[in-house]
Amino acid sequence: MNRARTPPIVALVLILSVLAAACGGEGDAGTTTAAPSAGFPVEVAGTVIPAAPKRIVSASASHTEILYALGAGEWIVATDEFSNSPPAAEATPKLDAFNLGVESVAAFAPDLVVLSYDPGDLRDGLAALGIPTLLFAPPLTLEDAYGQMRALGAAVGLEPEAAALVAGIEEEVARLIAAVPARDTAFTYYYELDPTLYSLTSSTFVGGLFGLLGMESIADAADAAGTGYPQLSAEFVLAADPDFVFLADTICCGQSAATVAERPGWASLEAVAEGRVVPLDDDLASRWGPRLVDLLAAVAGAIAAPGGG
Amino acid sequence: MTAPRPLRRLSPLAVGVTLVLLLGALLVGLLVGAVGLSPGAVLSEVADRLPFVSVDSGLSEQEAAIVWDLRLPRVVLAALVGATLAAAGAAYQGVFRNPLADPYLLGVAAGAGLGATIGIVTLGSASAVVPAAAFGGALVAVALTYALGGAAGGRSGTTLVLAGVAVAAFFTAAQTFVQQRHADTVREVYSWILGRLSTVGWSEVALLAPYAGVSLLVLLLHRRLLDVMAVGEEEAETLGVSVSRVRLVVVAAATLGTAAAVAVSGLVGFVGIVVPHAVRLMVGSSYRVILPLSVLGGAAFLVLADLGARTLAAPSEVPLGVITAFVGAPFFAVVLRSARRGWGP
Repeated sequence: MNRARTPPIVALVLILSVLAAACGGEGDAGTTTAAPSAGFPVEVAGTVIPAAPKRIVSASASHTEILYALGAGEWIVATDEFSNSPPAAEATPKLDAFNLGVESVAAFAPDLVVLSYDPGDLRDGLAALGIPTLLFAPPLTLEDAYGQMRALGAAVGLEPEAAALVAGIEEEVARLIAAVPARDTAFTYYYELDPTLYSLTSSTFVGGLFGLLGMESIADAADAAGTGYPQLSAEFVLAADPDFVFLADTICCGQSAATVAERPGWASLEAVAEGRVVPLDDDLASRWGPRLVDLLAAVAGAIAAPGGG
Repeated sequence: MTAPRPLRRLSPLAVGVTLVLLLGALLVGLLVGAVGLSPGAVLSEVADRLPFVSVDSGLSEQEAAIVWDLRLPRVVLAALVGATLAAAGAAYQGVFRNPLADPYLLGVAAGAGLGATIGIVTLGSASAVVPAAAFGGALVAVALTYALGGAAGGRSGTTLVLAGVAVAAFFTAAQTFVQQRHADTVREVYSWILGRLSTVGWSEVALLAPYAGVSLLVLLLHRRLLDVMAVGEEEAETLGVSVSRVRLVVVAAATLGTAAAVAVSGLVGFVGIVVPHAVRLMVGSSYRVILPLSVLGGAAFLVLADLGARTLAAPSEVPLGVITAFVGAPFFAVVLRSARRGWGP
C-alpha cells in the first residue's frame, strides 16, 4: 500500500485500532491463565485462534447450523436473527445481522466470531480487540461449502466431527444423484427468489446443486451482467416455458402454486398446468449448512414425483 | 410577460401530433418486448380477441399469453398512469402557481410508501392488499397535509406546500424505520419505490381505470379556472373565483388519481414535471392547452419509458422510475434554465 495515499480517517482508525489492541492485550495478560487446549493455537483462514473457543458468536445462519451439527451448539452465546435452526438456536440472544457493531458483538465477550457478511470494518474492529473472527463468504460450489465445514471444525477443535459431517453429506448427495433417472435432455427450471422475479443461474451455489441433478436454469440466458442472480421479466419466463418452477419465496412472500397460477399469463405455463410448481423452504434454499441435503432431496423428490416424469 | 403568446385554444395540429405520438407509442409498446414475436402474429392475436373476428395468429399458448396477459395490459396501464400523473402534475403546478410542483408535492409519495411498506412487511409484496394500503396511505398523508395547512391558518398555497413537506418527512421517516425493522423485505420495498409495471395484469387496469377516469375528468373541467388562478390568488378572488374551493377540488381530484396510479405502479418520478413543462415550452402556458395535451403526452411518455424499462436490459428489467428520472433530470435542467421566460414572480 502506498502510505502517502492513506486518507487521514483511515490512518486515525488504524491508530485507534492499534491502541485498542494494545489495551486489550494488557487486560488479557493478567486474566487468561487457562490451560492451553490440545491442538491450539490453530490458524484457520488466516485467523489465529489461541485456545479452544467456549464463547462463540455466530452471525451467519448457515454456520450456526454447522456449529450445532458439529456439537458446538452449547458454546454459542449469541446468533443473528436469521439463525432459527435447530430450534435451540432460536433461543440464543439475537444480533441484528445487517447492523452488526463491534461493540454489540464484543459485549458478549466472545472468543470466536463467525460471519458470512462484513458490513464494514467489523472483522478488523474485532481483531483489534483481540477477538478472533472468521469471515466465510457464501460458497460457489459444494466443495467450498465442505471446506467451510472443515475449517469451522478446525476452529472449534472438532476436526474429526467436521470430517464425519462432510462425509455424511457427501454420501447423501451421491445417493440422491444416483437415484435421479437418466434423461437425454436436461430438465429446465425457473427458480424464484422473490415475486419481482429475481432468479439464479446454474453457476450459483444453489444452481450448482440443481446441476448435480441434471437441471438447467432458464436464467442462464438472461445473466448478461454475470451476477448469477438476474431479474427476469414475466415475458421471458413465459417464453422459456420451464419444466419446473421452484419457489424460494414461500415464507417471505407467501407464494405458492396457487398464487403463481393466478399471475397474469402464468396459467399458460406447462409447469403450472402439470402441477410442477414446487414450493421450497426459503431458509433451506439460502443456506449451505448440513440441511443442503434436505434442499437437494426436495428437488430430487419433485423430479421423481408422478408429474415430474 | 416575455413568454411567447400563450395559445388559448387547442390547435388541431398539436392534438393530432400528440395523438399520433400516443398511438405510435402504444403500437411499438405492444410489438416490442423481452421476447421477439413477429409483429404480424402479435397484431392478429389481438385482432383475434375482438368480437366477431377470428384469426389464427400462429402463436403458442405461452406466446399468446405474453401478448394478451402481459404486454397489452401493461401498455394500457402505462398510458393510464402516465396520463394521470402528467395531468395531476399540471394541475398542481397551476393551483400552487409553482413550476416545481409535482403530483407528490403534498405527501402522496411518502404516504403511499409507508402504506405499501407496511403492507409488504406484513403480507408480502404479492398481496392484493398492497395497492389498497398504498392508496390509503397516500390519501391519509394528503388529508393530514390539508388539516395541518388549515390549522396553521393557511389560506395560501405556500402554507399547504410547507405542511406537505413536514408530512412527507414524517411519513418517510416512519417508512424507513418500518423497512429497517424488516430487513428481509428490503428488496421488495425498494423495487416498489423505484416504480414497476413488471408484474401487472388486467386486474391492475381495472383497479386504476375508474379513479383515473374521474380524476382526469374533474381536472379537465377545471382547466379554465386554473388559468384564472394563474394571475394570482387575490386577483382570482376579485374575479369571483373561490380560490380555496377550487384548490380543494383540484387537489382532491389530482390526489385521487395519483394515489391510484402509485398504488398499481409504485413511485414513478418526473412524469408529472417533465410532461406539463414540455407542453408548456412548446405550445404556451394556458391550462386550456396544457391539461389536455399533458394527458395525451403523459400517456405516450410513460408507454415509451416502460418500453425502455422492458427492453434496455432484456430479458431483465430496468426500474421504470430510473428511466423516467434518467430522461427527466436532464430535461429538468433545461426547464430550470428557461424558467425565467415563462414563470414570473
